[in-house]
Formats: sequence, C-alpha cells, structure tokens
Amino acid sequence: MPGETATLPALPEGAARAGPPVLEVEGLSTWFFTRRGIVRAVDDVSFALAEGETLAIVGESGCGKSITALSILGLVPSPPGRIVGGAVRLRGTDLLRVDEEAMRRVRGNEISMIFQEPMTSLNPVLTIGAQIEEALTLHQTALSRAEVRARAVEMLQLVRIPEPERRAKEYPHQLSGGMRQRAMIAMALSCNPRVLIADEPTTALDVTIQAQILELILDLQRRLGTAVILITHDLGVVAETAQRVIVMYAGRKVEEAEVVALFEQPLHPYTRGLMGSIPHLVDENTERLAEIPGMVPALNALPPGCAFAPRCTMATERCHAEMPPYREWQPGHYSACWYAEALMQHGAVP
Amino acid sequence: MATMRTLVQPVDHAAELGRAGANVTGGGSALLHLAGRHPLGLLGLVIVVVFVLVAAFAPLLATYDPLATNAAASLAQPGGQHMLGADFMGRDLWSRIIYGARISLAVGIASTVLGCVIGAAVGLVSGYWGGWVDLVVQRVNDVLQALPLLVLALVMAASLGPSLANTIIAISIPVVPHVARVIRASTLSVREMPFVEAARAEGMGELQIALRHVLPNTLAPVIVLSTAQLGSAILTEASLSFLGLGIPEPYPSWGRMLSESAAEYVRTAPWLVIFPGLAISLVIFGTNLLGDAVRDILDPRERS
Repeated sequence: MPGETATLPALPEGAARAGPPVLEVEGLSTWFFTRRGIVRAVDDVSFALAEGETLAIVGESGCGKSITALSILGLVPSPPGRIVGGAVRLRGTDLLRVDEEAMRRVRGNEISMIFQEPMTSLNPVLTIGAQIEEALTLHQTALSRAEVRARAVEMLQLVRIPEPERRAKEYPHQLSGGMRQRAMIAMALSCNPRVLIADEPTTALDVTIQAQILELILDLQRRLGTAVILITHDLGVVAETAQRVIVMYAGRKVEEAEVVALFEQPLHPYTRGLMGSIPHLVDENTERLAEIPGMVPALNALPPGCAFAPRCTMATERCHAEMPPYREWQPGHYSACWYAEALMQHGAVP
Repeated sequence: MATMRTLVQPVDHAAELGRAGANVTGGGSALLHLAGRHPLGLLGLVIVVVFVLVAAFAPLLATYDPLATNAAASLAQPGGQHMLGADFMGRDLWSRIIYGARISLAVGIASTVLGCVIGAAVGLVSGYWGGWVDLVVQRVNDVLQALPLLVLALVMAASLGPSLANTIIAISIPVVPHVARVIRASTLSVREMPFVEAARAEGMGELQIALRHVLPNTLAPVIVLSTAQLGSAILTEASLSFLGLGIPEPYPSWGRMLSESAAEYVRTAPWLVIFPGLAISLVIFGTNLLGDAVRDILDPRERS
C-alpha cells in the first residue's frame, strides 16, 4: 500500500472541489412507520459530494444524520424504516434502485463507513488482521490469500499503527481506543473506496486522540482522493476538517454553506445556537455557556411551521405557522429561515 | 484514557466473552489457574482425562476379550484370575468396564456434540432472523423442554430401536432445546452489536455475518453447558441401557452391566453391581466437577 499511495498524486487542497460529484443525494426521505405514527427521520435531504471533498453534516442527536448515512448504504433497519423517496447516485447509478447483491458490492468497496464506537465496532473474537482482511476477501477477489494478508498489514502501517505485523495478530481488547479507531479506518479504507462516511468518528475518544484521528483521516483523504462525509455534532471538528457544511434539524436541512461562510455569518438561529454552545478559551467575559433551550421535537409530531420555532429565541408567529422555504441567500449559502435576510444584515431579528 | 476504559468496561459485553474465550484456550497458564482457584475442578479434569485415556488405550489395559464367554469362570469372585470377578457368562468384569468406557465416552461426546451442533444451528437461525421462524422454533422448544431429559430420550430410543447410533441420536435430541435457547438468547444481544452493523457496512452477506460474527460470540455459555451435558449424557446412556433401550448386547455398557446383574445377582455376586456402578459414579462426579469449574471460570462476575 505505501508504494501504491506514493504514486497517487496528492490532491491540492480546494482544487478537489472542481471535480464532478462522486455521490449525489437528491430529495432523500427515510421514514419510520411506527405504531405511534410516521417518523420522518430524514425528509427531503439533498447534497452532492465532489471527489476528494469533505462534507460535514452537523446536528444534535436524533436530527437524522446517522439515518442519512445508513440510507446511503441501504442499511436502514426495515421494518420499520423505509426510504420513501429520492435518489442516491454513485457516479450516476441510483443505489436505491439496485438489488441487494449489487448493493453489497458497493458497501465496503466503493462506500465505506467508520462508526462511532471503536470499542464495540470490532469483533472481540477475531484478530485485527482478520477483520481487515475480511473486506478485501469480499471485494478484491483477485488477490491471493498471502496478498490479502500483506495488504492488511500495509493498511495498519498506513494508519500509523506501530509494529503492524504484530498488531495484526492481536485481538481488539489488546488495543487502546485510539488504536482501535485506527484499525477501523484501516478496515474502511482497505478497498480504496470513493466515499468514506465517518459517523462521529472521534466522539468516543479522548480529546488528544481525537485530533490525531482527524488528522489521520484528512491525510489519508488527501493521499487517496477519497471523498468524506463527516457526521458530527462538534462544530470544532467541522471547522478543522470540512470544506462544506450541512446543518440538519429534525430530519431536514436548515443551513448549508462553505465552512468559512458558515462560521462568519450563520444564517439560521439553530446554527447560531450550536456555535454559542462552544466554549471559548479567550472569551473575556466569562459568562455561562449558552445553550439551546428545550429538546429536539418528536419527529412524529412536528409543528406545522419551522421545526425549530419552539426553541428559537427569535421566533415570531409566522415561524410557528408557516414552514420557511429553503433557499440560497448568498452564492452557495442556503438557509431555511424566515429571517435569514435580517440575520445577514443585522445579525439578529430587528 | 484510564477513566474512559472503566466507563466503557461494564457494557463491553462482547469483549468480556472474547477474553473468556481466550482464557479457555490459554493452555498451561489456564491449567495453573485452575489448580490454584479451583482444586476440585482440577480433580474433575484429572478424572475425565484418566477416563479418556482408559477408553483410548482399552486394548492395552484389558486383561481379557470383553466379549469372550467362559462357562468355567461364571460368577467368578474378584481376585485371582479375574481382577474384578466375572459375570454370569464368565466375561471378565475389569475388561468389560474398560471397554465400557469407550461406549460411554463415544455416546457421551457424540450425543453432546450432535446436540450442540443442531442446537446452535436452530438457536442461531431463531435468534438472528427472528420472525415467525423464531416463534415456531421456540414453541417446539417449549414442548421438548417440558419433558424431562430421560423421558424424552426414552421415547426417542424406544421409537428408534436399540443400537449405538440410535442411542446417540436419542440422547442428543433433548440437548437441542437447551443449547438452542442459550444460543438464541446470546444471539439476540450480539446481533445488535456495532460490529455486526460494521460487517454489514463492509458488504458482508447475512449468512456470513451470522456464522462469522455472531455465532463465535455466543459460544462461551455453550462450552459450560456442554461440559455439564457430557456427564448427563453418560448417565442417560447408562439409564437407557439399564432399561434395555440403549446399547444392545453383547457390547459392554455400564448401564446394561448394572441392570443385568442388579435383579438376579445383587445378593450372590454384588461385585457385578458395585464396580460398574462405581465407574458410572466416578465419571459423572468428574464431569460435574469440571463443569462447575468451567462455569466459574467463564463467569465474568467471578473474574476481577
């Protein structure tokens, strides 16, 4: 693997965005049909992912981030979940229209996923090496047994695990949390996928390890040209890694922008709320950390207007009554708020 | 890191099982551990190992052909030419007990393994795929489990007829629901583990996930169950043979040896009852001690 990666041209930062979209999600809606009614976990979500790009999907727990990821991979638990509409196009092929067998060839091969819990995402009774070899034996059928084994060790080396030969023979409980997450990344990247979905890859890790893991993902992304969908609730992580950000709330997109534009001028009160709840070290007035009052509403009983209105400090009667349109306010900067324009001009509702 | 580990540990159920599994295959250190913390378990292990060795080297240990009759030696007393005496047909009791170990071991292991394999398959299918299959399988299990082991084995043996293979099948059937239940219960929790989801995201098929990722994580309790089951299977074979439904004549089965002599010769030639009875008791004692120790060792609450 190191030999192979050396020949890959390192993609210059930013230039990657010019490429055609690898993955296009259009109007994706995943609903759960429960006894207590229909839960619209993901509702009309669209985005495009260019080669080598990092797209962050941000939001609180239960806002539909993970279900979006599972929908792309066709892994929504069914019943009760069902993808009721939309398209997920991987280089033009709609993954929602292919059969299960074709889908299995996509998973782990063209689109792979890293999970949140490195402690439990590895099988305790199989060695690390065996688990990395798994994806290779499933998808790279041309490789011989010895080649697969060698490649697994190379992958461990690539994710900077020291003594990869020895580690390959070890069991997950012999590795630390950071090491396990590195092993997970090795597994996910072993078949050189076009898209990597990282679902809260650093949430369960120590802060010091978090930075290392993020840096590793970004470095490998640059070297391999993989497009990354980074799912997180941590805006700090977003600022460091992503080029573009989608903010989700109650299953819908509420804001979408380039990372710089989003941080400079958030056009949705929810995004502002999320930013307000990040602690600042250099803040002069040591005030109480701002929080967003209330909780994400039950997805089977959404208010008729803006889903965020009940928690929004700026909400007016119009917000409660009518759903705000999702529109472009500045080039590449979208928001679903009645008062986005006011936010743009005054930084608040006048 | 240290605090996070302790926080995570209690829910790290599968890793516990993994460690438990590693413990079993630990070899020399596991043996030392057994001797230190479970001396009775070690005794059980010794008894079982001796029993296995006796069965393996039966031809070397036996002094006579276990099937050869000798009218002159009918009901010979222990001592003299026949170490433990001879039965009504003049067959050497020592040799028959030695060869009987083979029958007991063969029936015990074969029926336990057969029962565990079928039970594991049934439990895995039932627990992993669920739905109506699970419902039907569990109700059949309820019915089978409602009957005592021996009664079920009796019915099976009576309907299949006496032979070595049929005895094994008859004894293995009652094992199936027990194993199936244990495997199903673990499967229900293991199938929700993130590594199963990860395997799915890797493009693995459901059957392969069930066999490679779920099944190995459910086996620890079955190891305990099967150790305990071994003794019970040997006892059931003895009971079936005692009732005339197990291993047919002239093969030496401890249970049959007991039943043949119990009625007629218990007063005149008590050694014909005492020695096979002792052999049965000793082996059951050994497997039970071993089973208890294995259960303690694999119990995560026991280990600190």
